[in-house]
Amino acid sequence: MEKSTWKTAFTKSLPIMGSYLFVSMAYGLVMQEAGYSYLWSLLTSFTVYTGAFQFVLATFLSSGASILTVALTALFMNSRQFFYGLTFVDDFRHMGKRYPYMICTMTDETYAINCSMLSTTERDPHDTEGKSLTSKLSDKQRRDIMFLAAIFCRSSWMIGAVLGGILGQLIPIQIEGIDFCMTALFVTILIDQWRSTKMHLPALIGGGCGLLLLFLIGADRFMLPALILVSGLLLILQKKIEPEEGTNHE
Amino acid sequence: MNEKMTLIAILVAAVCTLLMRALPFTLLGRKREVPKKIRYLGRILPSAIMAVLVIYCVRDITTDFSGKGIREIIAVACCAGIHIWRKNTLLSILVSTGIYIALSYIIV
Repeated sequence: MEKSTWKTAFTKSLPIMGSYLFVSMAYGLVMQEAGYSYLWSLLTSFTVYTGAFQFVLATFLSSGASILTVALTALFMNSRQFFYGLTFVDDFRHMGKRYPYMICTMTDETYAINCSMLSTTERDPHDTEGKSLTSKLSDKQRRDIMFLAAIFCRSSWMIGAVLGGILGQLIPIQIEGIDFCMTALFVTILIDQWRSTKMHLPALIGGGCGLLLLFLIGADRFMLPALILVSGLLLILQKKIEPEEGTNHE
Repeated sequence: MNEKMTLIAILVAAVCTLLMRALPFTLLGRKREVPKKIRYLGRILPSAIMAVLVIYCVRDITTDFSGKGIREIIAVACCAGIHIWRKNTLLSILVSTGIYIALSYIIV
C-alpha cells in the first residue's frame, strides 16, 4: 500500500479514534466498577464491538439478565448494522481476504467514513477494478483506506477498553455514578436522531411503551416486552407513519 | 452471573451482533431487493429503541425515586439541555456525568 493511503486512512480515522478511546475507556471503567476486569472488557470489545450495546450488556451481566434478553436486545440494537451492510455489499465482496473482516468491523462511525468516500469519488458503477479516470480515489485505494480505517478504529476501541479497566483498578475509591455516561450517551443519540427527522412518533412510542411497561412489570423485566410491543405497534402504525416520514425515499 | 454464564452471555451477544452484520451479505446478498416492511422498520426502529433504552437507563425511578431516581432525572435533563444548546456529544456526556457524580454526594 502507498504511504498516502495510510495517511488518508489515518486522518480520516483520527476523530473517530479519539472518541472511541474516550467512550471505550468509560466502558472499561463501567465494567471494572461492575466487577469485570479489563480482560472481560477486551473480550467483549474484540468479539461484540458495538458502542451502545456493550454498555447495556455490562448492566445485563451485573444484574443477571436472561440469555434471551441478551440475545434479543443484541438483535434489536444492532439491527441498523444490517442496513449499513447493504450499502457496501459490492465493495466488501471485492476485498478478497479482507471481506469477512470488513463485515465484522462495520460500526456507525466506520460506515460514516466509508460513505464519505463514496461521495468524493465520481464512481462508475461498472468499474470495479478502479480503472475509472474520473475518480479522485481509485476503487482499490478507497478499499485500502476502508480496510485500514476499520483496523485503526477497532484497535483504538480495544485499547480504550483495556485502559479504562486498568484505570478503574488503579483508582482506589469506587467512582459512584460513572455508569451515568451510558445514560448520557443514549440521551445525546436520541436527541441527534430527533433532530434528523420530522417524524417523532417512533421515538414517542418507544418512550411511552418503555415507561408504561416499566411501571407495570418493573425494572428487572420490562425491556424484552417493551422491545416487542414497540416493534409491534410500529408495524401496525406503518400506514400512518410511513407517509409522514418525509420525502427522502430512495 | 458466574464466569461461565458471563462467557456464554458475551458469546451469545457476539453471535447475534455478527448475525445482523452478516445478514445482508448472506441471506439477501443475491437478490438486492429488501422487503419494504424491513426497510421501513430499519428507518424507524433506531429512534424508538433509543427511547426505550433511555427509559431503561432511568429504571431506578420506580424503586428508588427519592435517591437514585431523582439524581438520574436531574442529570438527564442537564444532559438534554446541554446537548440541545451546544450540540457537542463529548461535552454533554462529560458535564452531565460530572453533575450526576456530584449529585450522588448531595442527594443520598
